[in-house]
This record gives sequence, structure tokens and C-alpha cells, in this order.
Amino acid sequence: MSSLADVANLSDIAKGGVGAKSASISTREYLQRRSFIELNARERAKALFDSETARELAGPFDRIESPWLAIQGVTPQADDGCIVMRGTIGGNQAVVIAFNGAFQGGGIGEVSGAKLTAALDLACRDSENGKNTSAVLLLETGGVRLQEANLGLAAVAEIISSIIALRAHAPVISVIAGPVGCFGGMSLAAGVSSYIVMTREGRLGLNGPEVIEEESGVEEFDATDRTLIWSIYGGQQRYNQGLIDVLVDDDADQTIKTVNELIAKGVPPINRSEQVDVYRSRIAALDPSTQWEPESVRSFTSHHK
Amino acid sequence: MSKCTGTRGRVWFKALTGQEKPMPGDPPSVLVADAAIGEENARFLCVVPDPDSRFPCARHGEVGLEQAYTLGARIREVVNDEPRRTSGSSSLPRPIIAIVDVKSQAYGRREEIGGIHLAAAAAADAYATARFSGHPVITLIVGQAISGGFLTHGYQANRLLAFADDNVLIHAMHKEPAARITRRTVAQLESLAKTVTPLSYDVRDYAKLGLLHKLLSISNPENPSADDVSLVHNAIAEAIADTRKGPTDLRNRFESDAAKTARKASRLIRARLEEEWNQ
Repeated sequence: MSSLADVANLSDIAKGGVGAKSASISTREYLQRRSFIELNARERAKALFDSETARELAGPFDRIESPWLAIQGVTPQADDGCIVMRGTIGGNQAVVIAFNGAFQGGGIGEVSGAKLTAALDLACRDSENGKNTSAVLLLETGGVRLQEANLGLAAVAEIISSIIALRAHAPVISVIAGPVGCFGGMSLAAGVSSYIVMTREGRLGLNGPEVIEEESGVEEFDATDRTLIWSIYGGQQRYNQGLIDVLVDDDADQTIKTVNELIAKGVPPINRSEQVDVYRSRIAALDPSTQWEPESVRSFTSHHK
Repeated sequence: MSKCTGTRGRVWFKALTGQEKPMPGDPPSVLVADAAIGEENARFLCVVPDPDSRFPCARHGEVGLEQAYTLGARIREVVNDEPRRTSGSSSLPRPIIAIVDVKSQAYGRREEIGGIHLAAAAAADAYATARFSGHPVITLIVGQAISGGFLTHGYQANRLLAFADDNVLIHAMHKEPAARITRRTVAQLESLAKTVTPLSYDVRDYAKLGLLHKLLSISNPENPSADDVSLVHNAIAEAIADTRKGPTDLRNRFESDAAKTARKASRLIRARLEEEWNQ
């Protein structure tokens, strides 16, 4: 059994917590850079494309809304909180799917889920016909939208399947910028992606703190403990664990450059979620007999780069 | 709701495979066996409760880190073994059968630290990879199939079969927390679910969504008779044969007759994106 205390120095990670600037740039550069997080979903998607190439598909003027919200007294949105754009990125064919975390917490409903699946399937069809088309997922989502429960959950299963089909031909890149993060079933969608990019402000996990506190008690997880939350889900920790590929600052230019580089790199030789034996043996080596405290969270996947 | 979540999984695993022990090196909560379905040798997988699990939040039939990675490993074993198959009587990829009775994913701090999202993704990936490689993947829902537990174990199947009885529950979240989070009482949620099909906790309503291949009426799901077992065997064999006639993706869930009604909006958005894709 490995000791839990022997690797990660969480106090270092905590210093890079929410909103902290990277040590790698000067204060002047920090103040001058353009935030990616402050862009809305449509602006984020558009920013990634080569100039003048972005074209929105099934946009708000198509008015394909969720059929399930109004009957529950929830105001639907004309794009169902999901934006799809096609164009080129670094000269390569690409589709970007961006979730609007401000609408129903970015929750996956029937329409937003089917929109993502359809975009992935069309990119896959083009790729199979020799026109490789990458996909970039801008994930701001708490997972399944509970007002559409079973159709949301079904959509997530279909999204996972369609990512796996496409990533054999062209990279599928999940970007988790924040502030909502990526939780619930959509954390599996990120998990099966070719690459994951996060900011320090982004968070990634299956169950959010509130859900764990509710299901397993406050002694299991105190959802008000921000240090604990960021020490577990935050982009810096996920990067240290080798659970994501690139950690970026909250900087639009850096994010654009990173996405360009990953698309140019193409599909990885093996995807993270295919490496079952590697990760299974890491879990086997851990000792869960006592609770893991934030200061002793071992970066058990730190050897995986 | 039955308090013995997970007991049906074990009962049906034993009924269909004649076995009840985990494979060497696997945790007691994951049962895997190779057994006959018709003329073929299929791999069966099931997650069951283990009150002594070393992970305290994964003792009651939840799918946690160990369960998810064990599923992934045991599925990939079948997929990776295929090229070495003897070119004998059967050259078709072996069927994989997921027996599902999972109350949820494991809700714990250790799980999140350990990256349970990747463990769950790895299991779903293995199931989907098997399906895309031509292995018929059939899911038999005998009890609960909830949320991340179901995404991890079973929802990537070519065909979904479920028992038609009140103890079968397929949903994104259990009733009480779902009501709380959407700021409703359980009574309000139940009343809404009568008209909003995707909210319903009744498996017969789930069947209306177009996702399910078949509902099976079993006389005694807790203690199956020989006829019950034979009926399930035949249904799995039929689902395998049906799978082999179709594509390896999940398009049947959009194209089924029930989906044409229940998933109109999904179909509309798919059609619109296709129209606009090359404009």
C-alpha cells in the first residue's frame, strides 16, 4: 500500500487556487490578457475558429427548444443552451459545441444532448469519408438536466458513444474553463475524449460536493469547504494527477493556441480511458481504510504524463 | 422500493450462468462468468453489493472505482482475445451480457479524489469499444439502473431488456433528491411524471421513450422459475440475433417506433443539423 501523504503537496496547489494568477507571467501581462471564462458560450465557440470561418448551425433562429420545460413552468431557450459551430481551426475542419452554463446549469436536455450527438455523428461521417473533422467540446455542465431526466441520461450515453466513434478518426477535445465545471454524466464524456484542457478555475468530477454531502453526509464531504473542493476537482490537481492533458491560464489566446496545437497533433496513440490496467493498478495500490484529507491527497497518477 | 438492492443481480447472474463467484483477483462486488447463450459462449457481468468493500461508499451495490475498472478490464479481455479465436465453428465476436441492478455510482470523497469519472468512462469505453468491434452487447435490467451507475454499467449496449415490474427503476436520479433539487415535493414530481414521460419512475413509461428493445414479464423475479430463466435466455438470444442484423452504433434509439413519438425533438434537431451541415 502506498502512503497517502508521500507525494502531493496540496499547499502548493492551494496557492494556485481560484483566480490566482500563474507565476509564469508578469502582472502587466495578467492584466492585459483577454479572459476566456468571461466570454459567453457563443463567443467562446467563435473565438476558437480561424477568422471568418465560423458558421452556427441550428442556431437560435431555428427555435428548436426543449419540449419538456414549458409544461413544467421553466422558460425554454431558443438554442437550448447549446451552440454548434462549424469552420476551420488552423486550416483543419472542425466543429465546436459550447454549453451555456447560465442556462439550467448547462444541464443536458433532450435537445441540447441530441444537438451534441448529431454534431459528433456528422463530423464522424465526414471523417469516415476522408474529410477529417475534429470536435471541440466547451463543457460547462452539471450533467443531466433533471427536468428531462431519462431523456437527458439517454442523451449522455449517446454522446459518450459518438465521441468514441469520432475520436478514432479525429481528435475530440474537451475544454473545461469554468466557472460551472464539468460534472455528472458529462464527466464521462470528458473522460473518453482524446484530450482534456482545463483552467485552474475549472473543476472536473462525477459527483459534485453538494451531491456527496447529501448522499453520504457532511463528514464525507463538507460542501462549504472550498479548499477541499479545489484540492480535489480543480484543474491544477487534475493536471498533477495526469487526469487531463493541458492546464491553461484563463486566457483566450492561450486557449485558442492550445486547441490549435491539439488539433494539429491529431489522435493520440492511446486514449486515457482505454488504459484500464494502468489506472486499475493505481487504485489497487491505494489505502482507503481512513478518509483522505485535502493535505494528504496523493497525486496517485502523477507518474502518468 | 426494495431495500435489498442488488440481490436480484446476484440471483439472475447465478440463474443465467450457474456461477456466483468473482474471477480471481476481482473484488467480490463484480461477478463475471462465461456461459452459454444458445449455441454461443457469452461473457456475463454483474455488479453486486459487498458489505465489506474496502471503499465505504461502495458497499451497497453502487458502482465505484474498483467496480468500474474491473468491468473495463473484463470486457477488454474479451475484445482483445478475439483475434486469437480459433477459426472453428463460430467465428462471430462473442456476446457480452450486462446484468444490471445498480442503485447508483458511489458518492464519496475518495472516489472523486481517485478520479471516478475516469473509471466510469473507462468502463463505458470498454462496452462501447466491444459494441463497435461487433460484439453484441446486451443489457438485462433486473432491478435498478440509476444515473452514473447505469452509464458505467449497461447503457452502452446495442439492446436494452428490462423486467416489467414495480421494482425495476431506470432513472437519472432517485425520487427524493430529484424532487429536492428541482424544488418540488415527491407528490408534485409523481404528478408531473404522469404527463412528462421522461420524469416517470415507471419502467412501462420508460419503454415509451424508444430506448428499450423489450420489456419482459417475469413471474418471480426474486426467485425465478425454470420457465422464467428460459424466457430470459430466449430474449437475450433474440436480442443478440437482432443486434447482428443492424449497425454497431446507437441509432436504433432514435429510429425505433416509440422514439418517433417520444423523441420528436431529438429527431428534429438531428435532421436540421444534417440539412445545415454542408450549406
